[in-house]
Parts: sequence; C-alpha cells; structure tokens
Amino acid sequence: MAERERNHARPRGAVFVPRSQVLSADDLTRAITRMAHEVVERNRGIDDVIVVGLQTGGVPIARRLTEALDLLAASRVTGPGADEPAPVTMGTLDVAFYRDDIGLRPVLPEAVTDIPVDLTGKTVVLVDDVLFTGRTIRAALNALGEYGRAQAVQLAVMVDRGHRELPIRPDYVGKNLPTRRDEMVDVTEEGVTLGDLVGR
Amino acid sequence: MTHDDLGPAGLPSRHLLAVDDLGVEGIARVLAVADSFAEVGRRANPKVPALRGRTVATLFLEDSTRTRLSFETAAKRLSADVLSFSAGSSSLNKGESLRDTVATIEAMGVDALVVRHRSSGTPHRVAAWAPGLAVVNAGDGWHQHPTQALADLYTVAGALGRPGDDPLACFAGLPVAVVGDVRHSRVARSLVAAYAAVGARVTLVAPPTLLPPSLEGWPVAGVSHDLDATLAGARVVSLLRLQAERGSGAYVPSLREYTARWGLTAERAARLDPAALVLHPGPVVRGVEVASDVADLPCALIGDQVRNGLVVRMAVLFLLLGHDAVADTGPTRLAAAPSARRGRQEAAAGAPRGAADA
Repeated sequence: MAERERNHARPRGAVFVPRSQVLSADDLTRAITRMAHEVVERNRGIDDVIVVGLQTGGVPIARRLTEALDLLAASRVTGPGADEPAPVTMGTLDVAFYRDDIGLRPVLPEAVTDIPVDLTGKTVVLVDDVLFTGRTIRAALNALGEYGRAQAVQLAVMVDRGHRELPIRPDYVGKNLPTRRDEMVDVTEEGVTLGDLVGR
Repeated sequence: MTHDDLGPAGLPSRHLLAVDDLGVEGIARVLAVADSFAEVGRRANPKVPALRGRTVATLFLEDSTRTRLSFETAAKRLSADVLSFSAGSSSLNKGESLRDTVATIEAMGVDALVVRHRSSGTPHRVAAWAPGLAVVNAGDGWHQHPTQALADLYTVAGALGRPGDDPLACFAGLPVAVVGDVRHSRVARSLVAAYAAVGARVTLVAPPTLLPPSLEGWPVAGVSHDLDATLAGARVVSLLRLQAERGSGAYVPSLREYTARWGLTAERAARLDPAALVLHPGPVVRGVEVASDVADLPCALIGDQVRNGLVVRMAVLFLLLGHDAVADTGPTRLAAAPSARRGRQEAAAGAPRGAADA
C-alpha cells in the first residue's frame, strides 16, 4: 500500500526504508473494528451507507471496513425468522483524472473505477490509507460528484499524518501520527510503518 | 503494472508517429489506461477534467470522418480545448506552406497537434518543425495510422478477455489474417507492427498486385494469395478497404472479381471459425471487401472499433499531455524555442513538490 506515494515521490526510483512500526496487524484490526462502530454510531445504522475505497491504498482498508460493518449488522439480528441484513455496498475510486497536479508529475490511473450504484441520497464513507495534504481527497470529492449527489460524504483514514494543504478533515481516524514532511508512512496488512524514502 | 518501467513520461516517445514509437510496454500502457476511459464513457457525464487548460489542434489535410471526430471528441472529453484546421478553409489555399501553418499553430500555444496528410512522413516533418508540441499521426499516406491499430488491439483484447489481468496475454500466438489492399494501406502497416509487437502471428492475404513491392522487414508469419485457405485457421480477420482514391482499382481486373476471390462473402463467413472476430477499420464499402450482411453479423466488431477508437485516443492524448514536460525538455530547447509552454514549465519547476499526498 501507499503505492501512490511511492510511485509519485521524487527522486524517482527511491526505495522505502522502514524505521519504526507504529501499528501492528492486531492494532490495525482493532482500529478498523472501532471505526466500523463509529460509522454505525454516527449514521444511526448503515442502511444508506456505501463504502468507497481510493485506489490503490484505500481499497484493502475499505474492504475490511465493509466486512466489519457487515459483521456488526449481522450481530444485531436476533431470533429466528429475522431477515438477514443486506450486505454493505462497496466501490472503488481512482482519482487520476481529477488531480490538480497533472503535468507536474506522472499521474496515471492505477485501476478502473467501480461504483456499482447511483450515489444520490446515499451516505458515502470514503476510505484511504494515509491522509496527508488532502489533495487526493479533494480530487475524490470531484470524482464522486459524477456518480450522483450523495446525501453526505464522510472520510475514514487509517493514518492522519498531518501537513494538510486544503481545508479537509477526516471523520474516522485509525491513528493520528505526527510526521515530518519528508517521511513516508507505509500501510500494509501487517500494520503501519514509519520510514524514509532513500534515493538510489 | 508499475508506472516506473517507462520513466517519467506516459509513453516512451514524446510523439506518436508510428506504432514502433510505443514498443510493447507503450502498447500495454495505452490499453491499460484505455480501460479507465472506457469506464468514464459509461457514465452519465462522460467527461473528466484531466487535460483542462491544454489545447489540441487537429490538422487534417485529407478527408476523414471518424478519425477527426474521434480525436476531437476524445480531446473534449478530456476537457482540452480543440482547434480544428482543415485544408479547404485555411490559408494553405492562399499559398501558405505547411511549415508556416504549423509554426502559426504552434505560436498559438497549442500542446498537441493531430496530423493527417496524404503524403507519408508528413507528421515526422511536423514533429521536427514544432519541437514544443506533441504530434500525433492520424494517418499519413501509405505509412502509418497508429491509433487505428491500437483501437483494433483494444477491441480484440476486449472480445477475447484478459487472463491474469494482462491485456496482452490474449495475443500470444494469435492467428491474425490481414486481408485486402495491403499495398496502399497505412492501417495494414500499423496493424502488422502492433500485432507483431504483442506476439500475434499475422498472415497477409492479398492479390500479388496489392502487396507491397517488397515485404523485407515486415514482421509477418506468412503471405498468402488464397483467402479460403487462410480463413480456416484465423481467429481474427482484419479486412482492408480497396482504396479507390489511391488507384487500387487499377490493380485488380474488376471489383466483382476482387470480391469473388478476396472479399468476405456470406458464403465465406459461414465457414469461419465460430469464435473468429471480423474487423474493418472503416469506411466500409459494403459489397466489395465485405458482404453487407456479413458486416452486420455479431462477430463483426466494426461498431466496437469506432467506440474503442475514441477510448484509445483519449488514452493517447492523456498519456502524451498529462505528464511532466520538465523531464523531457532540456534547457537548450527551452532557450531555443520560447513559447507558451515555457511559462508552464517554469511554473511547474517552481511549484512545491511534496513527496506525496494521500
């Protein structure tokens, strides 16, 4: 994950050198479970909630958040004869065509956007791995507009590392992590690692 | 696929003049990016702001319907501005040379120039005259028509499926027949280069008079004068138009005889492999190279080729223009060719470049 950072970072071809682990795999699971509870609490249920992961780093986290929301919904079903809750819809979004830095650096789509339903009237939970300058989220908000007028858009990120360049604020945060600008945060299934990009 | 294989630019070359400019990595990248634009095309609003503020000019000095409309629509769907030049209504009629016309267009601050010309090699000359522009060949004489070949590859890949997410996997060893007026066809030259690059086996099928004088250097698996023998083993049949405006008619005894021996008649279509695909770059002359009812069969992907042409041209324009101009333009060129582009580059160089944003 954090591939977007790695691909676009200068100098090109720099490698990520890990320094310290911030969250373990278990911490990651606990954070996702907590965030799922927060989503349910804030929206008083998940009837109109759609989870949208940002390509590429946000997609695995969005998938796990969707699973956690499905588990929560299933746990509320009591007694025989109760209806199985409908699974939470998940989509993926690539923002390459909406970035404001096209021309400044290579910006290529990583994967095809897949939003299976009209977003009009729905509550979209946008999911990314790392929140940094906020420019990706700005682009994502523009891109989402093409798929309908959502009732609300909320933002869930695994790591908020600060250094915002736009007035954007997350609603659900796995971990607030103060960083230097030149550091890099790597989010994988095994956890969250803080490190540096070192030129070859 | 990582995006580091081809360096900072979207494509290995600054221009798209021939299929060979792309190489197999470039072809793979165009097809991969085209997928994203196909998704854009399915939306209620099929337009993205990717090339806002960029200008694409089309300079068509030969008749065209689909290619010109396709390029202009592609540029508009990328939010680029489009300037449209055609020979009939331009100062070329007053005696201005092509070179001066290109210089005029360049001076207007255009970012890309899409060129079609009846003479082979014109886009190469234009690219040399206007170093600040990205030049896209939209067909030059008998030489090349690279975006048509890319559209055909994208169409075939879409019809055959993509095992393992590799857009080129379906082409390995694929038997392709390119049938018709190979001699006068720029599409044939681009198709042969593209199919060979991705590993397909191309057989040319044409009367001896409609083959090029020499096939030296053509990466084809075989040449045949017998359409029936080749059709039996072909998975893809790419038909070419008999180019009356280039005098093809004089190379065959009569149109009826051409159709009888080299045309895809209903009778021949019935004997095709059931999984075979029939392609035609258009314009289709029904009843000559392909029977009218064959052109409407489900295996004929002619409509898909037009749709995919738009998607592929969006990908090409985006890859040529949506990238860092600083990396491929050296300081000497900046000094030699001050232009509207310069201000943009300096702005880019001075802009803060955070390592990443998420």
